[in-house]
Amino acid sequence: MIVAGVDVGSTQTKAVVMDDHQRILGQALLDTGARLTEVATTAFHRALEAGGCAEGDVAYVVGTGYGRFRVEFGHAQVTEISCHARGAVHLFPKTCSVLDVGGQDTKAIRVGEAGQVLDFCMNDKCSAGTGRFLGAASHALELPLGDLGPLALTARTPVTMTTTCTVFAESEILGWLARGRKTEDVLLGVHIAIAARTLSLLRRVGIEPEITFTGGVARNVAMVKLLEDLTGFPVNVSPASHYCGAIGAALHALDRARAGAAAAAGASRA
Amino acid sequence: MTTVTQAPNADRPAGTADLRGAIRREGRRLMDLWWQEMGAADAAGRPTAYVFVMGSLNEVLRCFDLTINFPEITALQTAVRGQSLTYLQAAEDDGYSPDICGYVKTDVGLHLRGRAHPHGTIPKPGLVVATNMCNTYIKWAEIWEQRYRCPVFVLDLPAWRGSGPGGAGGGIGEHDRRYVEAQLRDLIALCERVTGTRFDVDRLRETLAEANRMAAHYHDVLVLNQRRPAPFSALREGIVFQGIANLYRGSPEGTAFFDAARAEIEARTRRGEGALPHEQFRLLLSGTTCYASFKRFAELFEEWGAVFVHSTYLVFAGGGFGPGFGYDLARPIESLAEQLLASAWHGFSIPMFYAQDWLAETARAWAVDGICFHGVKSCRTTSTGLPDVREWLRTQHDIPGLFIQSDLVDPRLWSDAQLKNRVDAFLESLAARQLSARGGTP
Repeated sequence: MIVAGVDVGSTQTKAVVMDDHQRILGQALLDTGARLTEVATTAFHRALEAGGCAEGDVAYVVGTGYGRFRVEFGHAQVTEISCHARGAVHLFPKTCSVLDVGGQDTKAIRVGEAGQVLDFCMNDKCSAGTGRFLGAASHALELPLGDLGPLALTARTPVTMTTTCTVFAESEILGWLARGRKTEDVLLGVHIAIAARTLSLLRRVGIEPEITFTGGVARNVAMVKLLEDLTGFPVNVSPASHYCGAIGAALHALDRARAGAAAAAGASRA
Repeated sequence: MTTVTQAPNADRPAGTADLRGAIRREGRRLMDLWWQEMGAADAAGRPTAYVFVMGSLNEVLRCFDLTINFPEITALQTAVRGQSLTYLQAAEDDGYSPDICGYVKTDVGLHLRGRAHPHGTIPKPGLVVATNMCNTYIKWAEIWEQRYRCPVFVLDLPAWRGSGPGGAGGGIGEHDRRYVEAQLRDLIALCERVTGTRFDVDRLRETLAEANRMAAHYHDVLVLNQRRPAPFSALREGIVFQGIANLYRGSPEGTAFFDAARAEIEARTRRGEGALPHEQFRLLLSGTTCYASFKRFAELFEEWGAVFVHSTYLVFAGGGFGPGFGYDLARPIESLAEQLLASAWHGFSIPMFYAQDWLAETARAWAVDGICFHGVKSCRTTSTGLPDVREWLRTQHDIPGLFIQSDLVDPRLWSDAQLKNRVDAFLESLAARQLSARGGTP
């Protein structure tokens, strides 16, 4: 049996194809853009292609992320909160706390042994403390996103970022540069600001190891180090962390396919 | 106002089909009547008292036949009608900050636009009665005073004395009671001057007696929602209850309405009718709903079979019928002072540091599956501490909680995708919890 999870996030769309042994057969990653149905379909097809599978072999598809209702070929929709929880426990079975820092949302989730959500908190209605905050820094400093973490770790005297607004962050960054501060010091200041807001969310649900870090920002080494320093616990990061939501969606798809629940109650709520 | 001396269905046996829709019909009729009264007062230039839902002093004002305007209610009505933004923007164009209470700005916008409300014309204030139960009330009253040069009476309620009304010993302190009682006598004298009508203490006793009867029916209505399935929605019918409880407090119409409401809801419970066809989750709302997205707010939950069975607003803004409410008719002014002190204590304190006890007890008695905490962006008074209370109830009582934010009346602060995501995730987690409790694997 083959199932799939498609995570249409605010910034990127991820698709995963999985077999009934929970092995990932194929995956795909695309920028989301404005055409949600199209990008979901493309990501799904690319994941199928990567896994050497045919669309007709797929028994069940779960859509997740903000664009989950645009996964029109999906059988059900599940929020990314539930999917990241499930995916994180799949990747690291002893996970108790999940931190998902995505493009516009940061989620702190406390999970049970089966990957069920016990509690969660999300950022307030603004993108401060999310991946978009790093995007603003990347733009202001004219650096690729992938360079931000390693460069921030070379800093010695980080600046203090006072703004909580992602848009105003760019002005503040330029202000620090105009005052002669080093790029790495400004960058570390940006990372510290995000980590502090993230930690506050994590505290709301209770920090309990093991902590698993998911979402695109989990690839940022400076964020991982700061979170480890601030929580006092090692933080799990998997090469598949970026796909965690899609993996969780595929696991939910597998449950439903096994239960023959294509028409399960509550499956499709637009 | 037209006097109705008995419930619309009082001559019919309870449980008949005629009871259906009484809440909606009577609620609408009484609301229309209130607007007609306001329009007539405006046309005739009769004095109108502007009051607030917490500490309205309706009981006193009724003794002087004053038309009573509740600006919080007129403001939320513009939002339910999808027209609040026009008024909010008018106030902001006049220099009011986006951070200010949405009710205030809507009301300011109404006055800037000639007091023209979607339901009718709001009369000018002939008298303003405020309390310090909300810190915005006093500043709001100042706006009317400046604009209309009307008398403003601010009742100072010394609510906070350490651990309860009156201090560490509980109960109402004698000095506090006398302090409030003296202010009430000043208000009575002011009403006599404004209206030219002499105060009649027996009439005050009548309004207090009606308030007692109404409170008893109102309490019965709320308790009926402990049944499963819940016979009414604390959001959809709750807004009607709140409106009538405030507007018709101390009147025979108000008593008759809640008597009829109780009868209708009892009939629903006998028929086994729930507010929703399939009740899946029972929820408690801490805070208000978002009136600018009133239907949508309810639908976000209802599409999962989740019904709000109670809310904090049904208590502290529902006319002030808090725990232990009841006037002593033998000493009307003293008793009114005591009840004001008690309701001020609940009004001041419950949103801050004592909410958890009431919420925990209500969650148990109404058998709720979880609590939705709705923070209001333009009202820090009611929103402060909600995340902390949520966390405390989860850790101490294992009561799941959802924290979301939007506003009372400002549609610009409603983010549908974000709210739906949070609500869906919360209800997914409650579904997993129910499954787990039945021995299934989430």
